Amino acid sequence: MSAASRKSLQAVREAVQKGDRAPLWAAIFENIVRGFTIAVVLMLVFILGTIVWEGVPQISWDFLTKAPTDGMREGGIFPAIFGTIFVVLFMILLALPLGIFGAVYMVEYVRNGPMARVIRAAVNNLAGVPSIVFGLFGLGFFILFIGRNLDYYAFGTPRDNAEAQLIEEQLEPLRAQYREEAIAQAKIDELKGKERGDFIRGYVAERMPAQNRKVFGQGAMFWAAATLAILVLPVIIVSTEEALRAVPASMREAAYGLGASKWQVISTVVLPQARSGIMTGAILAVARGAGELAPILFVGVTFFMPSLPLTEPVNFGPLVIQVVNPFQEFMHLNYHIYTMATQHPDPVGTRSIQFGTTLVLIVITFMMNIGAIVLRRRYARS
Amino acid sequence: MNGNESVAYNLDTEEPGAEELRAGFTALRDRLRQPAGEFVRAKEFLIEKALLVCGMVSILAIALIFVFLFKEGLVALQNASVTDFIYNTSIQYEYDPVADETVAVGESTAYNWQPVGEEPKLSILPLLWGSLSIAFLAAVFSTLIGVAIGIYLSEIARPKIRETVKPALELLVGIPTVVVGFFMLAVIALPLKSFTNWLGLGTIYVDSYNAFIGALGVSLVIIPVIASLVDDALKAVPADLRAASLALGSTRWQMIRRVVLPAGVSGVFAAVVLGFGRALGETMIVLMCAGNAPQMEWNPFLSVRTMTSTIAAEMGAAQQDGIHVQALFLVGALLVTITFTLNVIVEVIVNHYRKKIRL
Repeated sequence: MSAASRKSLQAVREAVQKGDRAPLWAAIFENIVRGFTIAVVLMLVFILGTIVWEGVPQISWDFLTKAPTDGMREGGIFPAIFGTIFVVLFMILLALPLGIFGAVYMVEYVRNGPMARVIRAAVNNLAGVPSIVFGLFGLGFFILFIGRNLDYYAFGTPRDNAEAQLIEEQLEPLRAQYREEAIAQAKIDELKGKERGDFIRGYVAERMPAQNRKVFGQGAMFWAAATLAILVLPVIIVSTEEALRAVPASMREAAYGLGASKWQVISTVVLPQARSGIMTGAILAVARGAGELAPILFVGVTFFMPSLPLTEPVNFGPLVIQVVNPFQEFMHLNYHIYTMATQHPDPVGTRSIQFGTTLVLIVITFMMNIGAIVLRRRYARS
Repeated sequence: MNGNESVAYNLDTEEPGAEELRAGFTALRDRLRQPAGEFVRAKEFLIEKALLVCGMVSILAIALIFVFLFKEGLVALQNASVTDFIYNTSIQYEYDPVADETVAVGESTAYNWQPVGEEPKLSILPLLWGSLSIAFLAAVFSTLIGVAIGIYLSEIARPKIRETVKPALELLVGIPTVVVGFFMLAVIALPLKSFTNWLGLGTIYVDSYNAFIGALGVSLVIIPVIASLVDDALKAVPADLRAASLALGSTRWQMIRRVVLPAGVSGVFAAVVLGFGRALGETMIVLMCAGNAPQMEWNPFLSVRTMTSTIAAEMGAAQQDGIHVQALFLVGALLVTITFTLNVIVEVIVNHYRKKIRL
């Protein structure tokens, strides 16, 4: 016990002897409150410590760069890292311009007017919507509404059961015609039973127009990114708004005094001044987006893919160009952890892989968070 | 525009080069002073409208969320009656020894969520019960601890400690919820189970994954939120109130309890309501470690299934365009209605108390 606390203990004892219990209660409650704080900080340390302790032995070059093999029991998690990074990248590309310019409109154009109040209310409510609801929204709006309609107008894919039936009926004569053609083939007589049926079915299927082509109306990285973009929009808007409000009015007035137009003032004076605040918001948004799973559960995340979600390679002479295809499903670190821990046939045996994956995820999100905290500190000081 | 007069410093006669300087200066100033031309005005107009569109995105998003959830949810209400989502009735059979056959003796009502099967049972009550019990437990834990931390940070901690604890709390919020769920599942659940086994409680009273563990996990995420909101609310209490209290001879704790907390009580209350809303909406943690059995029991050590985890677990596998999907959307609509109401309550409280503080 340090000298200082012994001294304060002495003071409390003297007060109690004098019949004044207030200092005693003060000491008790202040220590309870302090204890709770210490407990929570220790809990954080315990969580991180456990994950690092259990996860570090798993980390190796192969773990970070190879695809999982042997029913996810061996190999690495590279496709999950790849998916996480690219979904977040697409997300921030969508969310950042919308968020920044939305905030600019709110602060610079309609400052305290009714429009600003409406936008602010919308942003507040958006921030309070449970993350799983964004998942429902992503499924209902992006995939079932936009995606299915795109597929319908682009490829004639039926949007629901009734339309599927209608198309089926329309195609029936064509189907019958191909069937007759197949039967008329010379080699049909050589085939018997099942082989015969297979031949006819295959012949018809080869020639029928594709009716179930789905490109947009299914889970895809792009829809996941769009769903996450709406989720993180409030983060970006709020931090951009704060940053814009922190720009002194005198700067704007000086620019106006030089005769600059409103947009010139914003683009050359206000936005550059607010840069680090906006950066902080963007980093926080990325960290948030990388840490969420519930919103993207039904919009494209998948447990295992045999290959990375890339487009077909295109050859430019010696150069082979292959880019990310945002309209494919993807693997994700969060989903990997969740499925491995709850749905893998051997959840305990693969625990070290789960801890390794968790460590990778934690490192990615924490680097973002710590970066944002440091940036905000520096920016608050200046 | 006769700007030439206003820059008639002493540039008329002096040094060589003054002529050019004056010409350049005047040209620049004239260019800047020109009234905005048609082109500039059109550009400004277009930019403003483009920015308006960006601003409208959040309004549009929140509106579409409501529209799409309620649209699907209402379809569910068309395809099944409202009471189907509250309770299920099933005909009770009993063996009659005289007639030597089973006969219907009456109807029984139950509250079951079994959406898959020949006769889907779609009572939302057990899910609501699960959500509310987890949110309630989590709110109790995190109010207790979060408010304590808020008080400590705002009133007691030295600046240096404050500067350490606040980023730590931010990091705690930054942990992905899947990681918290995984941690509770892999590190906390098993020892807790062995402990209760050691106490001899067995499997009847304690499930391996239960509401208590779920609520603990959820509190980990909410505590920092409540703590930082309480910290802000108490910081907003004017310093002269504190000074007056201390000058009257109160101890620091008496000042906190009698002056600071009553003055900041609405902020604290708002923080708690917000935390409750967050707990209701939390998905991954409860999905991973609350057990997911749709039942209504008072015992917090039995497993529960929340609205959020039901949606998360079942939506992926549900038959498209079926009553199951529609029912899940209805659950989502209910969830968003509840959290929206809570948000409005918080908003009202906060606005009220902002006005009060300003007075």
